[in-house]
Amino acid sequence: MSGLFKSSIGRKVAMALSAIFLMIFLLQHFAINILSVFSADRFNDVSHFMGTNFFVQFLLQPVLIFGVVFHFVMGFMLEIRNRNARTISYAKNNGSANTTWMSRNMIWSGLAILAFIVLHFIDFWIPEINTKYIQGDVSGLLPDGNFRYFEELQHKFENPIRVGAYVVAFVFLALHLLHGFASTFQSMGAGSMRRAKLQAFGKAYAIIIPLGFIFIALFHYFNH
Amino acid sequence: MNLTLKIWRQKDAKSKGKMVSYQVNDISEHMSFLEMMDVLNEQLINEGQEPIAFDHDCREGICGMCSMYINGEAHGPDRGVTTCQLHMRSFKDGDTITIEPFRAKAFPVIKDLVVDRSAFERIQQAGGFISVNTSGNTQDANAIPISKHAADEAMDSATCIGCGACVASCKNASAMLFVGAKVSQYALLPQGQIEATDRVKNMVAQMDLEGFGNCTNTGACEVECPKGISLENIARMNRELMKANL
Amino acid sequence: MSLNSKIPQGPIKDKWTNYKNSINLVNPANKRSLDIIVVGTGLAGGSAAATLAELGYNVKAFCYQDSPRRAHSIAAQGGINAAKNYQGDGDSIYRLFYDTVKGGDYRSREANVYRLAEVSANIIDQCVAQGVPFARDYGGLLDNRSFGGVLVSRTFYAKGQTGQQLLLGAYSAMNRQIARGKIEMHNRHEMLDVVKIDGKARGIIARNLVTGEIERHSAHAVVIASGGYGNVYFLSTNAMGSNATAAWKVHKKGAYFANPCYTQIHPTCIPRSGDYQSKLTLMSESLRNDGRIWVPKNIEDVKAIREGKLKPVDIPEENRDYYLERRYPAFGNLVPRDVASRAAKERCDAGYGVNATGEAVFLDFKSAIERYGNEQAKIHNIKNPSKAKITELGAAVIKEKYGNLFQMYEKIVDQDPYKTPMMIYPATHYTMGGLWVDYNLMTTVPGLYCIGEANFSDHGANRLGASALMQGLADGYFVLPYTIGDYLSNDIRTGKIPTDTPEFDEAEKEVKERINFFINNNGSHSVDHFHKRLGKVMWDKVGMARNAKGLTEAMAEIKAIREEFWKDVKVPGTANEMNPELEKAGRVADFLELGELFAKDALMRNESCGGHFREESVELEGEQKGEAKRNDKDFAFVAAWEYKGEPADAVLHKEELKFENIELKQRSYK
Ligand SMILES: Cc1cc2nc3c(=O)[nH]c(=O)nc-3n(C[C@H](O)[C@H](O)[C@H](O)COP(=O)(O)OP(=O)(O)OC[C@H]3O[C@@H](n4cnc5c(N)ncnc54)[C@H](O)[C@@H]3O)c2cc1C
Ligand code: HEM
Ligand code: SF4
Ligand code: FES
Repeated sequence: MSGLFKSSIGRKVAMALSAIFLMIFLLQHFAINILSVFSADRFNDVSHFMGTNFFVQFLLQPVLIFGVVFHFVMGFMLEIRNRNARTISYAKNNGSANTTWMSRNMIWSGLAILAFIVLHFIDFWIPEINTKYIQGDVSGLLPDGNFRYFEELQHKFENPIRVGAYVVAFVFLALHLLHGFASTFQSMGAGSMRRAKLQAFGKAYAIIIPLGFIFIALFHYFNH
Repeated sequence: MNLTLKIWRQKDAKSKGKMVSYQVNDISEHMSFLEMMDVLNEQLINEGQEPIAFDHDCREGICGMCSMYINGEAHGPDRGVTTCQLHMRSFKDGDTITIEPFRAKAFPVIKDLVVDRSAFERIQQAGGFISVNTSGNTQDANAIPISKHAADEAMDSATCIGCGACVASCKNASAMLFVGAKVSQYALLPQGQIEATDRVKNMVAQMDLEGFGNCTNTGACEVECPKGISLENIARMNRELMKANL
Repeated sequence: MSLNSKIPQGPIKDKWTNYKNSINLVNPANKRSLDIIVVGTGLAGGSAAATLAELGYNVKAFCYQDSPRRAHSIAAQGGINAAKNYQGDGDSIYRLFYDTVKGGDYRSREANVYRLAEVSANIIDQCVAQGVPFARDYGGLLDNRSFGGVLVSRTFYAKGQTGQQLLLGAYSAMNRQIARGKIEMHNRHEMLDVVKIDGKARGIIARNLVTGEIERHSAHAVVIASGGYGNVYFLSTNAMGSNATAAWKVHKKGAYFANPCYTQIHPTCIPRSGDYQSKLTLMSESLRNDGRIWVPKNIEDVKAIREGKLKPVDIPEENRDYYLERRYPAFGNLVPRDVASRAAKERCDAGYGVNATGEAVFLDFKSAIERYGNEQAKIHNIKNPSKAKITELGAAVIKEKYGNLFQMYEKIVDQDPYKTPMMIYPATHYTMGGLWVDYNLMTTVPGLYCIGEANFSDHGANRLGASALMQGLADGYFVLPYTIGDYLSNDIRTGKIPTDTPEFDEAEKEVKERINFFINNNGSHSVDHFHKRLGKVMWDKVGMARNAKGLTEAMAEIKAIREEFWKDVKVPGTANEMNPELEKAGRVADFLELGELFAKDALMRNESCGGHFREESVELEGEQKGEAKRNDKDFAFVAAWEYKGEPADAVLHKEELKFENIELKQRSYK
């Protein structure tokens, strides 16, 4: 088993596993966020649960962080190895003749997502950690007695620049996933029969989810 | 037709190379690409210059020797053909054609357009065989029935000509299609089962050792492969490797 | 020296068994101290190298490509024969033996051919065990097709890529031994001479084609498996690098060259399209099962077609000359390769060639498409099908059968053969002649063996389809490993052969001198220039139909070209680098000698047999009038030539052929 992850293919499998984990997380994250469009209360309830549940906070959250870090560190390593595999590049290379833009630029779409994640941490995660674990306020309440989550969310999406950045980031996420989804299953060795269906599903996922996030951001921008 | 050719010239493995422009005139559209190169070489010899070295042998798309990167694509713009099967009718009068060697760290240039593909040899030596003695005292051929479907599929994998276009066209210079095809051929046949575990492990380990890049599933190889080897071969190899390790 | 073919005693069916029981063996420990050089790693050399290494010998193998997998065996499409009788249609070892001898027009050695037929079945077992993906039927058993006009289905195949798959099988067996360190593989190396010590072959001089370095390699025995010499014609279906150098160099060192004039000209190749043509492409002869061959009846139509004013499909039936069907009503389009080829030449020489070069005839699938279309309509119960529907249904059947060939044709010629007839013309394809070998596959030089297409082989004056692959693998897997052991059993005390001896010095010096000559010769014409001229003489005068006058002229002309070549050839670059022009120069120099011997042999053989057709030797009357006439009384022998300085001075040695198991008959296809 350990031999597997020393090989190039094994690393790809690990990469794919981390990606699957991230995609599942993304789906869950989306499911919670979209609540904010329909009902502030439901959103607050679920957010509070997620923000204070021991299992989520001290087990899932570290795993998630590890997943993200693992994914992009592996991504960088892969990229470095792959760049080294061709020391002299072609004078003329017609990449678009045989590949999609998305597949050739995973590192760039990935980096855009990374930049977003950093922003996202500054926006939500660091204040959260600050409130909960440094100031020790785990009530999740505002001074007026209401849950703070929805308020904060709305507040963040007042700034058009931030909203713009979110939109751009999610476009990159869509591009990343347009190749990434099907790629994951190819890496995991999915056979051709399944692959065709997976590809169709992957395209849908890669477009609908990021589009949903964009919708949420715009919704709050226009509705506060 | 008249053409401008920009060709990579490199004296030997150690020298630095560069692109050089040449002019060829009165090229017939019925010529094969390599016949056009012959015309250029004849012209160079007559002018007292050194002709361009390039690999070729069968000139009918089966030996896998020819290997040119033409206008940014392995074996040129046409699909399902090797360089030797490419014809000049795919180009227009006045075109500029860029011709480079297959590039990968694992395929160092030997001279001009000739590259060293011995990395492929070593991968095959690491396990691309079934260990039977060549004594002829094996069992009768029909004692191992194989479904037509499996036999046909194994045949499809086995048609790989080892040209290296997959490596050349992959942005990562990955050899997965080539190795996947060989692993697949044996994985699909009952004869290959006995050594399946070691075969895939050893071949992949050798592939990594040779310095090929890692597959990111862009699919360029499948598009440029002159023999239509499909990505399924890579997926199958991935499965085989996982199976071998679990 | 008189020729001793060393055929074992006893009835033909027991010869090989008895032989194997009585030869000397080398014990495994001793094999480890014996070295064998194998030059060429196609089907013959590859299978030999793998087997010898597995037996325990130290093998050093050489090929000029960058991998053994690229040898020209890879190009064989059709299939491989074996007397398995899986189809239960009456095949047997005897029948395969009989067909091969008869197909070779009674110019091969009975004992060798019988052995070939005997081991043929093992080849299939061996290859399947190695993972060669032969075609299968729906029951999971091996499929067969009938090939080359024989009456049984004994041909095994792997799509249209049988040679490739068999070669990859042999290559995989080699890889296993390379990995074990038992084969030392030298890719991109060309053998340039053999080294003889005390009369025995003890090593070779080879050039590293990457660095230009001249290397010495020694061994206790040397095996030549370098393929055929069809490229003496410049244009052939052989690979660009296929050459006679290894065989010719050993000929000059004492190995007799047998029957050089026996060449097979294959009728269904894609015609030449212009002077720049570098090689010809073969299309499987299975096409003749459904295609009808014709040229226009009227010369005006021919002209109009050449000028593009008339389309072949617009020529009405009554103005077409289906010349094979006309001349050979019994066999029609399925006459043997040589007959079909000569008939095409006859029409084109008479001015009826249908392309710009005047060297092409039509191969038309229209009737077949109609026939299959009607058949399919009946099967699918379509009442009163339209013409278009019939064509559609028929074309689908043709596609199923020949799709890949049609595609290949379209890629090269840029015409759609479903819509307009194909154009074909004969091309040089295979050389039956080669180094003379005895029953042990040893040449007239002790310790020097020759296998595969390079030897004068088991095919007599004409080879049956799908038999070359069989012979190459039989020689390499199953015959040579026994016979060479018998010879090497005397060498177990010899010890390693040193390479710092005067014999190696001498051979290396000669090789270097020749290379330096080429590099320093300030000539004015490229190597190809001379090769093309040689090819033209060979094709025009030593081609499909030969006569004394043409052959005499050819000998003189080839000599003249050779002399001019040595004065005026221009080889750019240097000796100490990769230099493809230098490689070609060496090969063409040898072709220029071989070509002359070839013509001399053809001149000597004043009979028509198999692929060799002498215009002087034809039936003068009766039904067979104008057809090839064999002369068993005067020519039932193998012509083995001994080198004496100039090709023209070569001395003829005859190995009389005795036929004890087969009755000689004249061929008839009328
Ligand atoms: C287009 C085509 C189709 C054919 N189809 C069929 C078919 O369907 N069925 C059939 O039975 N036969 C067929 N044949 C014939 C058959 O393929 C060949 O006769 C046979 O494969 C020859 O095998 P070989 O091992 O003797 O030589 P090759 O495969 O030609 O191998 C020659 C080897 O010698 C090496 N070599 C040559 N010179 C030197 C040198 N000087 N130094 C070092 N190495 C050297 C080469 O590198 C190569 O490894 C076909 C032939 C052609 C051309
Ligand atoms: C943190 C920043 C990220 C970086 C730097 C990054 C980078 C990369 C890189 C370089 C690859 C490899 C390219 C390939 O194999 O095709 C990759 C693959 C992938 N990424 Fe990311 N990525 C990031 C975030 C994400 C996120 C947040 C998701 C999903 C929610 C994601 C999903 C995927 C998927 C599905 C794959 C394909 C895996 C495979 O082919 O096996 N990535 N990523
Ligand atoms: S997989 Fe295709 S492109 Fe790669 S070596 Fe084989 S034939 Fe060439
Ligand atoms: S020269 Fe053989 S495949 Fe192109």
